[in-house]
Amino acid sequence: MRADLDIIQDWIPAGSRVLDLGCGDGELLAWLREHKQVSGYGLEIDADNIAQCLRKGINVIEQDLDQGLGNFASNSFDVVVMTQALQAVQYPDKLLEEMLRVGRQCIITFPNFGHWRCRWDLARKGRMPVSEFLPYTWYNTPNIHFCTFLDFEALCHQMQLRVLDRLAVDRLHRHSLASRLWPNLLGEIGIYRVSGPSQTAV
Amino acid sequence: MPTVFAEDSVGLVSPQTLRFAEPLTLACGRSLADYQLVYETYGQLNASASNAVLICHALSGHHHAAGYHRVDERKPGWWDSCIGPGKPIDTNKFFVVSLNNLGGCNGSTGPSSINPASGKPFGADFPMMTVEDWVHSQARLADRLGIGQWAAVVGGSLGGMQALQWSISYPERVRHCLAIASAPKLSAQNIAFNEVARQAILSDPDFHGGHFQEQGVIPKRGLILARMVGHITYLSDDAMGEKFGRDLKSDKLNYDFHSVEFQVESYLRYQGEEFSGRFDANTYLLMTKALDYFDPAAAHAGDLAKTLAPASADFCVMSFTTDWRFSPARSREIVDALMAAKKNVCYLEIDAPQGHDAFLIPIPRYLQAFSAYMHRISV
Repeated sequence: MRADLDIIQDWIPAGSRVLDLGCGDGELLAWLREHKQVSGYGLEIDADNIAQCLRKGINVIEQDLDQGLGNFASNSFDVVVMTQALQAVQYPDKLLEEMLRVGRQCIITFPNFGHWRCRWDLARKGRMPVSEFLPYTWYNTPNIHFCTFLDFEALCHQMQLRVLDRLAVDRLHRHSLASRLWPNLLGEIGIYRVSGPSQTAV
Repeated sequence: MPTVFAEDSVGLVSPQTLRFAEPLTLACGRSLADYQLVYETYGQLNASASNAVLICHALSGHHHAAGYHRVDERKPGWWDSCIGPGKPIDTNKFFVVSLNNLGGCNGSTGPSSINPASGKPFGADFPMMTVEDWVHSQARLADRLGIGQWAAVVGGSLGGMQALQWSISYPERVRHCLAIASAPKLSAQNIAFNEVARQAILSDPDFHGGHFQEQGVIPKRGLILARMVGHITYLSDDAMGEKFGRDLKSDKLNYDFHSVEFQVESYLRYQGEEFSGRFDANTYLLMTKALDYFDPAAAHAGDLAKTLAPASADFCVMSFTTDWRFSPARSREIVDALMAAKKNVCYLEIDAPQGHDAFLIPIPRYLQAFSAYMHRISV
């Protein structure tokens, strides 16, 4: 399993109902169904990914995250997951709000634009960072809303969200002592578990 | 003429007929004492009868869904693109049953059949049919064929409505339900189009209150108009534009109302003409009413999720982007209700320019997804 998914699955209680936003080929949902009796749906717009989900027997729904989650009732899921999609949506703050309306908790992963390599590219070369992990140039990138860990946490604070868990990892999803000490500088990917202001941690 | 059929064709098929002597009570309060259903089958029923798939047809459909009746038949069955060896509904795996619904005009008991009570054609005296009635009659057909539970019930448009109704009426008898280009009920606009079609037929002087057969005529004008207006709603604006644009039959305008000037007029007239020669006017009236009446959620104050709560099938819902007759939004209503009812469901919105008719067309992504879903069904 993809390393970030391996970390996430640990945060999802057995038997819970999960909504996976941008579920890709359905790997996480398939694993959770098999090992943790988790049920739920995955939203996806990529035709090939959807076909893979169909083959795996995943409940995949063709739905664009930019259309919002208005078709889901409040508190209808235990956990809403969104991996590596926050930076690609039109209104990250509104979607975050929607995720916490629909689910009791959210798990979100996103690339950290405050990582030293990004800072290095900007500071030294004066160019937008292009890496193996984020291989796009500024004009063709689907990633339109980059943030750093600090930015994300500021948004959580502003929205009065509770950060229940957070992990800064490198691109191989290892969490070293260094990325624990200086996450905003040395962490490449942030993995956050948050709940709304009125929710308590499980 | 194809004397050898393509490898992925079910080849030569012949319709079969079953008589049912047990009275069928209908939603309208009346009952049919005795009736027959004509159907075709493709593939082999396995020993445990676990591989049967039911095909439900749409407004003007019938039992001939795949293959050919004769080697010189011009066109194969209406859903030949999706049924056959290696096709989405793979006849190497599934035993496929496709019937003509009650009230139809292709061999099953309907308005053009002889009413045993009078010795004359039923005509307008044929009872009104609903989607639920059809499903009950299909369940009896399943009984007779030794099929306790369908691996899947599949349909497009009005056929999709039957598939949905199956999952509600006989939850234990359906493992998978595929509703394609369908809707949970008609909109006011849908009903309005149906009403125009009906008025075209009803106001034809040759309609004779539905007893035109006894007069030896058919309400041809009415049927042509009904089909023309229907056909407009099956195609998208783009599809029509692409096909005909403003092309003229000849290179000049005639400045009269009689001649066929634009290609699109010619096409619609041809479609209407062809249809009026093969379809019964009373069946058309009845089918459009069955569409109008379909609203399973009405029994639960409009709550579709509650209506679908008893279903135990897994669902696959597909829609097409340019379908304005049953738009993607209508399919999403079904999907949202299924998710609210915590059912297993997959939903695809296929990008296709063909409008409502897209469900009959071999669009690569559609066929690929359809195959992927059917492939996972264990038999």
